[in-house]
Amino acid sequence: MAAVTTTPRQKVGWGTANVVVIALALIPVLWMASLSFKTPAAILDPSFVPAQWTWGNYDQILSTSQFIRPLINSIGIGLIATLVAVVLASMAAYAVARLRFPGKGVLIGMALLIAIFPQIALVTPLFNIERAIGLFNTWPGLIIPYIAFGLPLAIYVLSAFFREIPWELEKAAYVDGATPLQAFVKVIAPLAAPGMVTTAILVFLACWNDFLFAISFTSTISSRTAPAAMEYFSGSSQFTVPTGPIAAAACVITIPIIVFVLFFQRRIVAGLTSGAVKG
Amino acid sequence: MSTSAQVAAGTEATAETTGRRKKPQLSEGARAERRLGWMLCAPAVIVMLAVTGYPLIYAIWLSFERYNLELPQDIKFIGFSNYAAVLSSPYWWQALKVTVIITIISVAITLVLGMLLAQVMHRTLFGRGTVRTASLIPYGIVTVAAAYGWQYAWTPSQGYLSAAFNNSAPLTKEYTAIAVIILAEIWKTTPFMGLLLLAGLSLVPDDLQRAAMVDGATAWQRFMKITLPLMKPAILVALLFRTLDSFRIFDNIFILTDGANNTGSVSILGYDNLFNALNLGIGSTISVLIFICVAIIAVLFIKGFGTAAPGTNTGTE
Repeated sequence: MAAVTTTPRQKVGWGTANVVVIALALIPVLWMASLSFKTPAAILDPSFVPAQWTWGNYDQILSTSQFIRPLINSIGIGLIATLVAVVLASMAAYAVARLRFPGKGVLIGMALLIAIFPQIALVTPLFNIERAIGLFNTWPGLIIPYIAFGLPLAIYVLSAFFREIPWELEKAAYVDGATPLQAFVKVIAPLAAPGMVTTAILVFLACWNDFLFAISFTSTISSRTAPAAMEYFSGSSQFTVPTGPIAAAACVITIPIIVFVLFFQRRIVAGLTSGAVKG
Repeated sequence: MSTSAQVAAGTEATAETTGRRKKPQLSEGARAERRLGWMLCAPAVIVMLAVTGYPLIYAIWLSFERYNLELPQDIKFIGFSNYAAVLSSPYWWQALKVTVIITIISVAITLVLGMLLAQVMHRTLFGRGTVRTASLIPYGIVTVAAAYGWQYAWTPSQGYLSAAFNNSAPLTKEYTAIAVIILAEIWKTTPFMGLLLLAGLSLVPDDLQRAAMVDGATAWQRFMKITLPLMKPAILVALLFRTLDSFRIFDNIFILTDGANNTGSVSILGYDNLFNALNLGIGSTISVLIFICVAIIAVLFIKGFGTAAPGTNTGTE
């Protein structure tokens, strides 16, 4: 969609605006990257570009289980929570988009409530419940809350996607003699896949990002996730704040996000905005 | 997954032919459709209720008890005493004040910047993908990671921003620390706001803009008289989500100041009462009060602005 009119001067104006936006988005990230390459001496120099470059900070964090183990936890917990949330949400979203049944409004209202729910309100009771039933400081102790908070988002995005699928194609497949399984595998699944990928990305980002549950429901590196583990770097060296290692860890957990964003930019935007336009 | 969808596909076909024609009485097909709908939603509903519904009720129960983890033998029902204690404590009101200040200022600025960002993304003829990708990075980045970046940037003799502002140490004083927290919030959330508004913006027909131009409307008039009214639903949805999200701010404050110098939000206060004071009773009371605040904000938005809750029209398509 082109703009209403575009004179060369306006083009320059919008181009400048573009550059400003990109700079504002990237400068804090570049600053973090710069810190992660600074030597301990260079950390105490506020210049934006490191005077001396080093891989030392990365060597340090990647050679200790204090960071590697939480990184594995983050990936594992995030993937499992995402998978379960997307499967459960697909079933619910299919029902919301395709079937008539009483209680649909209740389901949507409930999902909305949870989407706006203040997580801190659940930390105290969940902490006590998890201690009582032995889930505290385990993978499931984080996976289950992540699923619950991923579901509303996933149901919203998926039902918006599922409503757009041309379901008549399924009937056409039956007319052509396909079995229900064939109709699903050959016709519906390929149409539903993009929406499910988008949803999975958004849910995974939410799990990857979580900090409050991660510091509340874990106590050792056996289940602590990467964002929560960075907090504990601070204690590891006695008198100085380990700025370099924390910056390196921040870069390591940021890289997958940037890769995701580069690859799936269109899908993430479609997923984020699907609920807003329809609603 | 594949089996359930397969069953769904099969029943759907019969429901389609038998169920939809006869409305008043439930035919066999409609009943099967109903049952299938409930069955498909059940697992999601059960997980959501188990993780949020039950703990919330449990939190309400705990909020009426004296319950300190250090004194496990001294657990006792004490009615509204915890509420009286919290509501008469200056810590609660200070935290609420900080939370409200951060919420109002950051949401207001994010709305304006998000609108500008949406315009930039909408109007640009080249490099649109680049702008979107770049602006998605703050959205996607782990809040804690970004917060460390801001913290170091504002640390005297280490950070480029501190150096640029006369080697100042804003994180050590209440109001400047809150300003830094708000800055970190704005940087992180403007892209989300911009994308939601961009979706609303793309619903504004270009023809209308062109017609107004022919009639001699200035860009500002077109924005105020055409773009804004048509975008009202998108703006309200974005505002509602941002406000509620901002009200529960935790990560940025935890890293930037950890609530020092009166900069803690209500979420920080609740966390501290649980993990530093080990007081489940007071912690739960704060939890319930935060939940009530969020409910009030949501009701005010939905009633006050006359907007439908997002998603409510999905049931009646």
